[in-house]
Amino acid sequence: MAADIGFGSLFITLIVALYGVGAAIYGERNKDNMWVDSARNAMLLTFPLLTISVASLIYLLVTDQYQIAYVARVSSRSMPVYLKVAALWGSQAGSLVFWSWLLAAFASAVTLRKWDRERDLLPWVIVVSLGTLAFFLVMNIFFENPFAKLWQTAQRVVIAMTAPENALPLVPRDGQGLNPLLRHPGMVIHPPMQYLGFVAFIIPYAFAMASLITGRADDSWIRITRKWTLWAWLFLSLGLVLGMRWAYDVLGWGGYWGWDPVEISAFMPWLTGTAFLHSVMIQEKRVMFKQWNMVLIILTYDLVIFGTFLTRSGVLSSVHSFAQSAIGPLFFVFIALTLTASLGLVLYRWDDLKSKNSLKSFFSREALFLLNNLLFLGILVASFWGVIFPLISELATGQKVTVGPPFYERATAPLFGGLMLLMGVAPLAAWGYSSWKTLNRSLVKPFFASLTVIPVTFALGIWQPWYAVLAFWLIGFVITVTICEFWRGSMSRARRFDENFFAALWQLVKRHRRRYGGYIIHLSMILMALGILGIEVFQAETQGTIAQGESLQLGVYSMTYERLDNFDTDDGRNLARAMVSVSKNGKEVGKLYPRRDYFYDSQQFVTIPGVRSTLADDFYVILIDWKPISQAGATFKIYHNPLVKWMWIGAWVFTFGILVAAWPEKKPHSPRQTRIRS
Amino acid sequence: MRPFERQSPIIFLGIILLSLGLPHVATAQDPTPSDDEVNAIAKQLYCPVCENVPLDACGTQACIQWRGIIRDKLAEGWTEDEIKQYFVDQYGDRVLAEPPRRGLNWLAYIVPPAAFLAGVYLLYKGFQTWKTPSADHASPQESVSKTTAADDKYISRLEEELRNR
Amino acid sequence: MKKVLIWGGLAILLVILALGLNKSQQGQVSVGQPAPDFALTSFDGEEYHLADLQGKVVVINFWASWCTSCKPEAVDLENAWRNYQGEVVFLGVDYVDTEPEAKAYLAEFDITYPNGPDKRTKISQAYRVQGVPETFIIDKSGTIAHVQIGPFYSYDEIIYIIEPLLTE
Repeated sequence: MAADIGFGSLFITLIVALYGVGAAIYGERNKDNMWVDSARNAMLLTFPLLTISVASLIYLLVTDQYQIAYVARVSSRSMPVYLKVAALWGSQAGSLVFWSWLLAAFASAVTLRKWDRERDLLPWVIVVSLGTLAFFLVMNIFFENPFAKLWQTAQRVVIAMTAPENALPLVPRDGQGLNPLLRHPGMVIHPPMQYLGFVAFIIPYAFAMASLITGRADDSWIRITRKWTLWAWLFLSLGLVLGMRWAYDVLGWGGYWGWDPVEISAFMPWLTGTAFLHSVMIQEKRVMFKQWNMVLIILTYDLVIFGTFLTRSGVLSSVHSFAQSAIGPLFFVFIALTLTASLGLVLYRWDDLKSKNSLKSFFSREALFLLNNLLFLGILVASFWGVIFPLISELATGQKVTVGPPFYERATAPLFGGLMLLMGVAPLAAWGYSSWKTLNRSLVKPFFASLTVIPVTFALGIWQPWYAVLAFWLIGFVITVTICEFWRGSMSRARRFDENFFAALWQLVKRHRRRYGGYIIHLSMILMALGILGIEVFQAETQGTIAQGESLQLGVYSMTYERLDNFDTDDGRNLARAMVSVSKNGKEVGKLYPRRDYFYDSQQFVTIPGVRSTLADDFYVILIDWKPISQAGATFKIYHNPLVKWMWIGAWVFTFGILVAAWPEKKPHSPRQTRIRS
Repeated sequence: MRPFERQSPIIFLGIILLSLGLPHVATAQDPTPSDDEVNAIAKQLYCPVCENVPLDACGTQACIQWRGIIRDKLAEGWTEDEIKQYFVDQYGDRVLAEPPRRGLNWLAYIVPPAAFLAGVYLLYKGFQTWKTPSADHASPQESVSKTTAADDKYISRLEEELRNR
Repeated sequence: MKKVLIWGGLAILLVILALGLNKSQQGQVSVGQPAPDFALTSFDGEEYHLADLQGKVVVINFWASWCTSCKPEAVDLENAWRNYQGEVVFLGVDYVDTEPEAKAYLAEFDITYPNGPDKRTKISQAYRVQGVPETFIIDKSGTIAHVQIGPFYSYDEIIYIIEPLLTE
């Protein structure tokens, strides 16, 4: 019953979405606002309708209705309720419904805004959003139906919505259960965050398309979607970081990022999105590079679709891939249409988007922003090429190749370094007229101040490799410059308005939220860079099989194997949990419990490391194996990951920075207000 | 879905448990290469059964056997390069972390830097066309005496920028 | 000119994606297609070319020692081979495997038909194998007559497929 309601609701949503597209176009053509309003109502209707579908699916999951093929695949009786709910995005069909639901939520939210001055954009925003939604719904209804049931005929098991001839319902006693790797709090939030980030980018894209179609060459689409873009960027970034954290905590290989094609395809829209966030400022401040911003937002959205295509069509094989499915060709048609239509529109309006670009200096803020864009796109090209090259190689020569971490690290590390340098220099450059002389003058102090980092790294015994020393200096440089910006701004306010320092700081940030929120984000990036540098360059590891009471050494650390417990849990796992004690310089600093969970329902293992995390370093222990008979010996792999905690701290700072920059204004009285506050 | 190893490599972790006691008994009395020596090489290899996961971190039975091979070859005195070459000969180029530098594969290495340089060139050309003759010295700031405290200049610049917003 | 470049670039990208997608959707070589030729060097050092085996029914079994679901069918395959006394050619292709374990596997199941490693995964790529075990049965004219995805469940199942091919 719930399945029929859910499926019916999906189907009705599709019809409503298609109607909305038609009504919007008809209304726009005939300048008939009634039709446009009707389309708008259609758009608003999609959200409650899809909520019914999603609620039905959650209901089916939570109530263990294993006749539903999807429920039987991703859920099981032993799973706790929150995981049954999370199983909504545990596999292809459910995650597509979830995706559509988020899309409807965003599209509805944007429809609710006031449309006084940009009414001409409305029909096209509806067409783009509902068109995309309709596509995802078609995939759900015709190819990946999460509500389809299991039926037993004389010969075989059939998955269908209604009973085939001579078939009896097949109700498995229990489901296969969610992939154990997904049964982790990080995985419960990582996919929704990632999807939120992906889906939210449709809003700026829809507005960009609308302004291309209507031929509005002004920057209203940028102004309207500025906050949306920030939120989208926050979700996308958090999705990436949560994915890293999940990999670090669950995958048990001592790392957080493997340059896997699917990771990269989530990273690519982040690159162009970040470039976009910077370059729109040039358009807002100096009315330049309109064409470029259009290109960037289209790239970002298309990379989202492209990444989804790669993950879900089976073109690439990866740990993240969904099982091969029939949606590949349909998705291909969609991606081809999106790319062709966006590109065609940009080229069609190319001349209208021309702006009188003028740069007074190579060292002005806008010039440095362009350099920033160049570096981001450089990283994008290397990433994209690395993902696509194995495909080309196999097609051209039949030879499968791997493009792995060394390739990406070599290709992107210098560019990341360049971006760090820019984070240090660009905030000091002024819009328009900055010259080498003025820039130089403001650079001198922080530059020399930051040089003190180098003797400190030497004192800590870090001489090698040279690029690590350079990177430490860069980190110090950016931190110095950024803190100086806060300091000088507050001090000058404090003097001018006779405020105390903290009041001045508060006012400064409050009044220029985007600017100072941006600086906080720079700081967060630098903190993350510190963590990445620590683990990438200074990670050490060792592995060995030891008996109880014996120890493994790694640097100043030593780890003693004390005992192993093997027991069942009531949520359907068998745990092998080792207890080890960790000593640093001969002094015990704590106990860790690395373990291996065996999931009875899916017959899979998950390795959960024991981690002792401090600001200076992580001590990370994986239980690789143990001997079940004697329980005497066990194989451990231990990693020493310096500074990695700063990555997670950076993520918190990042979120804070976005909140500072994007939190809604208190009094949005006049439409002017949003323009002034940036 | 078929219960195939390649699609769900994690199942094979189970076999590790069962088979752990058995392998490499013969090599036990030799000076066995340490796990670290094996991992140092395994880190650079990719097993097709475990796509995109380096061999040292992959827990499938196939990968455990591969690491066993590395251990055996090390015990026989093979060098790292010889071992890597052995894997390439047996299983193809995809076991390496990067495409070997030859033939079409050069494309993998050339395109990213070439694209970046093209970008640099385009941006440079752009800068030249966008550069306006109204030179740096037109700015009012430049007329301020150089002895002025940097902070004051900062305020005025800040104020100026805020006005522009 | 610029536009030509842009559209050309897009077209190339789409073609690559389409070809990649096509490849991933293709699946194994299917019944009715000519069997791709290959050379296999067995663990004993003998060389086998599929082309030389024209006129005979050939069974090509992809397996690996690390593959659990290969084990149940190993004995059935060996018995089928013994049943035909060389009338039907059996070739075992050892996919992404290590030699000591592979030889131990052959010894464990007392497999006597020729087996050899799939060097550089060329044979499995030619047959677009997606996992192990997979078995391809080729008729006397060199055409694929049966594709078994996953293991055979009984000796009879194998015989049942081979019998009609012998009388053709």
